[in-house]
Amino acid sequence: MTRIDDRIQRVDAVEKASGEARYLCDLSFDDMLYARFVRSAVARGKIVSIDVPPLPEGYYFFTADDIPPEGKNSLVMIAGDWRCFASGDVRYVGETIGILCGRSRAVLKAIEESIKITYEEQEAAITIDDALAVKGGPILEKDDIHCSLVSEKGGDVDEILSRADRVIEETVETGFQEHVHLETNAALCTIEDGKYTFYISCQCPFYVRKSVAGLLGLRPEDIRVRQTTTGGAFGGKEHFPDVLAGPLLVAEYHLKKPVKLVFDREEDMLYSVKRHPSKVVFRTGLDSDGKILASDINVYYNCGAYLSSSYVVLQRGVFHANGVYNFPATRIHGYGMATNTFPSDAFRGFGAPQTLFAIETHLNHIARELGADPVEYKKQYFLKQGDETVTQGHIVEKVVLNEMLDQVASKSDYWRKAAEYTPGCGKGIGMSFYNHGGAFTGNGEQAIIKAHLRLVKDGDSFTILCGQTEMGQGFRTILRKIVASVLETDMDKVAYDNPDTDCVPDSGPTAASRSTMIVGRLAEQAAMQMKDHLNEEHWEVETEYEHPEGHPWDQSTFKGDAYLGYGWGCCCVEVEADRLTNEIRVTGIWSSHDIGKAIDELIVHGQVNGGIIQSLGYAAMEKMENRNGHFRQSSMSDYVIPTSMDFPRQEWGLVDNPYEWGPFGAKGMGELVFNGADAAYTDAVERAMGIKINRIPVPVEDLEGLR
Amino acid sequence: MEFTLNSKTVRYEGNPLTRLVDFLREDMNLTGTKEGCGEGECGACSVLRNGKLVTSCLIPMGALAGDDIVTIEGLRETEQGKCLISAFADAGAVQCGFCIPAMVMAAQALLLADSDPDEEAVRLAISGNICRCTGYDLIVDAILLAAKRGKGLW
Ligand code: FES
Ligand code: FES
Repeated sequence: MTRIDDRIQRVDAVEKASGEARYLCDLSFDDMLYARFVRSAVARGKIVSIDVPPLPEGYYFFTADDIPPEGKNSLVMIAGDWRCFASGDVRYVGETIGILCGRSRAVLKAIEESIKITYEEQEAAITIDDALAVKGGPILEKDDIHCSLVSEKGGDVDEILSRADRVIEETVETGFQEHVHLETNAALCTIEDGKYTFYISCQCPFYVRKSVAGLLGLRPEDIRVRQTTTGGAFGGKEHFPDVLAGPLLVAEYHLKKPVKLVFDREEDMLYSVKRHPSKVVFRTGLDSDGKILASDINVYYNCGAYLSSSYVVLQRGVFHANGVYNFPATRIHGYGMATNTFPSDAFRGFGAPQTLFAIETHLNHIARELGADPVEYKKQYFLKQGDETVTQGHIVEKVVLNEMLDQVASKSDYWRKAAEYTPGCGKGIGMSFYNHGGAFTGNGEQAIIKAHLRLVKDGDSFTILCGQTEMGQGFRTILRKIVASVLETDMDKVAYDNPDTDCVPDSGPTAASRSTMIVGRLAEQAAMQMKDHLNEEHWEVETEYEHPEGHPWDQSTFKGDAYLGYGWGCCCVEVEADRLTNEIRVTGIWSSHDIGKAIDELIVHGQVNGGIIQSLGYAAMEKMENRNGHFRQSSMSDYVIPTSMDFPRQEWGLVDNPYEWGPFGAKGMGELVFNGADAAYTDAVERAMGIKINRIPVPVEDLEGLR
Repeated sequence: MEFTLNSKTVRYEGNPLTRLVDFLREDMNLTGTKEGCGEGECGACSVLRNGKLVTSCLIPMGALAGDDIVTIEGLRETEQGKCLISAFADAGAVQCGFCIPAMVMAAQALLLADSDPDEEAVRLAISGNICRCTGYDLIVDAILLAAKRGKGLW
């Protein structure tokens, strides 16, 4: 019998470690063709001509012209503006123009290289500043602003700032980040039982079918999507698989044969979505004691050429822009800028990491200017239960940041080291605080998703049916553990396979740290109902999401409780700096998180470790530059992510704070653990080197310029 | 040209420039060896060549005459392989899994050379194998656990 606190093996560990698990790239079908994309080579311009050499027998090329008349050239993500194929013009480097299909990948590559596309190039807008200056003329109808919103609370911010003792102005910027899931993007389309069927590495099978069905004038349910074992995603396979699936479906419409598309690493680096670069501009007013009176914040995200899901990313950025702090008054404007870069999209944290990094950095700098310890300064503003949020809602739960701070400070010996390490002494320590709103924003779970889950009993075995995917985060194990624990049975009596949209109810996307909190809860409820029917041979139950009482939200004004509950975090990083080479060595990493309650401590441990290292990579190593719309880092040798040698073993801890609406008290945590190590790292480096950092990434080679 | 693959002799008469990773995955259907980058940077394609860890995406078939190649499919049948795989599972070292078969190969190469490594040696031994999910700590734990449990196996 499995109990929730048992230490168990992940259900997929052995099949993965032994090489038996089949990822998309490992699948092969009789009579299968391969596909390769033909992409735009310029960031902005008109397509003058596409010259395709005569194709060898058995090779095919499809473009927007091959979409049937009943179909529409649009991928329906959150917005439907992303075209399946560029047609007439191109809006970013790497935009799909056509898809080549045929038996040999080498031949496809040679054909791709021989296709000549002529463009009438136009001046492109690449950066946030380009977009603000509407460089090259408006990308959209009248300007380069895809979306915008404002959140405010407290009094009139302009008036307060006008009478402040002083106003501190500062700009903080973050760069692109590439997901580098070890398995590149991959999909296969075929026809099974007369139905278009995808095998695909993805987070959200129901998104895929919704996104592409309209290309053939079909309904989503006319398409079947089967998730294959997914080799990492981190948001990079939330909407982006649709960009592979669309052209494949158009090819399938004509070919009626299995067609497989696997990006090579260079394609996955250069021609996939990235984390939104950001620029956050603060004007913070202080009174004569250095206390914050109000903050006026402008948040700009580089969304790239299409809106896709960026408005929601921007909202999350704005709603996290005061971090874990309560200022008497604040006003946050958010702008999602249109540029001619590859569209930015979901990446672990979904817009929160950028503003959280910005506010931590800004407060650290204010503290230092006032001669105060940053942690001492920041903690006086910690949000508490009942406090008003930036969306004029309230913090409903108990906030345990002080306990987390104490845990981390004592393990890291923060206070002693912070006093001892003088600026520029070669040693530094930094601490950050952060949170992450769990699940969809506002009433999205109720209004948009309405998740369903089914639990079926046959004899003494049970099957969970829902659309959540395993991508490495451990959800197949988590969900089986929840159900087995409630039913007081063994986990191996509970089955839960990779979802197939023809067999499972739609439980919403595997995103937004919602799976455990929302779908885990549905599973817990289903299992509780099942308990009364254990003597029946066959029984099924379907549970539907119910919104907890007392979370008002107005989606038209963005006012109310933006999230149902938050995960909270505290991270401390210690470094040594070599004053000759600027080489930074991280010598300690400590963290504490409030995730409600851990369903499985070992899985949580892995998430904490992995999330923190990804965040340290974001701050310290991972530089992705864009020149004229072209990403400059095209391989894992020039876009360097952390290895086992870059960071030391972490010490981690949790503070139990059960969440009323989560299964066994659990809240979301997958994104939370990414949200703060970056700021702790830069804080430590600033102290060690006696410098000021306003932008990440700061790889070693960029540190010299800051001295 | 002949070489040994997972204890069996293989005759190869194809293109000598074909990469070992393609031969394994496509001709032999040994898909436990993964391709993560195709240029020797990620380590996901690692196999053992004469007991040493190599990246199979960089090795042309023509260079293999007389060599002894072991992939995860060969290793998993051995006591050493079973010990490693169960240690990876017990230590919580596996997340998305894409890097993991090659991590197991890296661990095997290490333990063949040093059956009682310390944490630093383990970190060094897997430093050519990129994992984007785990942050490495639990992989290190898994290898140390295998070394402890498998005393005498290496
Ligand atoms: S695929 Fe060979 S090292 Fe990455
Ligand atoms: S477990 Fe996913 S890359 Fe290592």
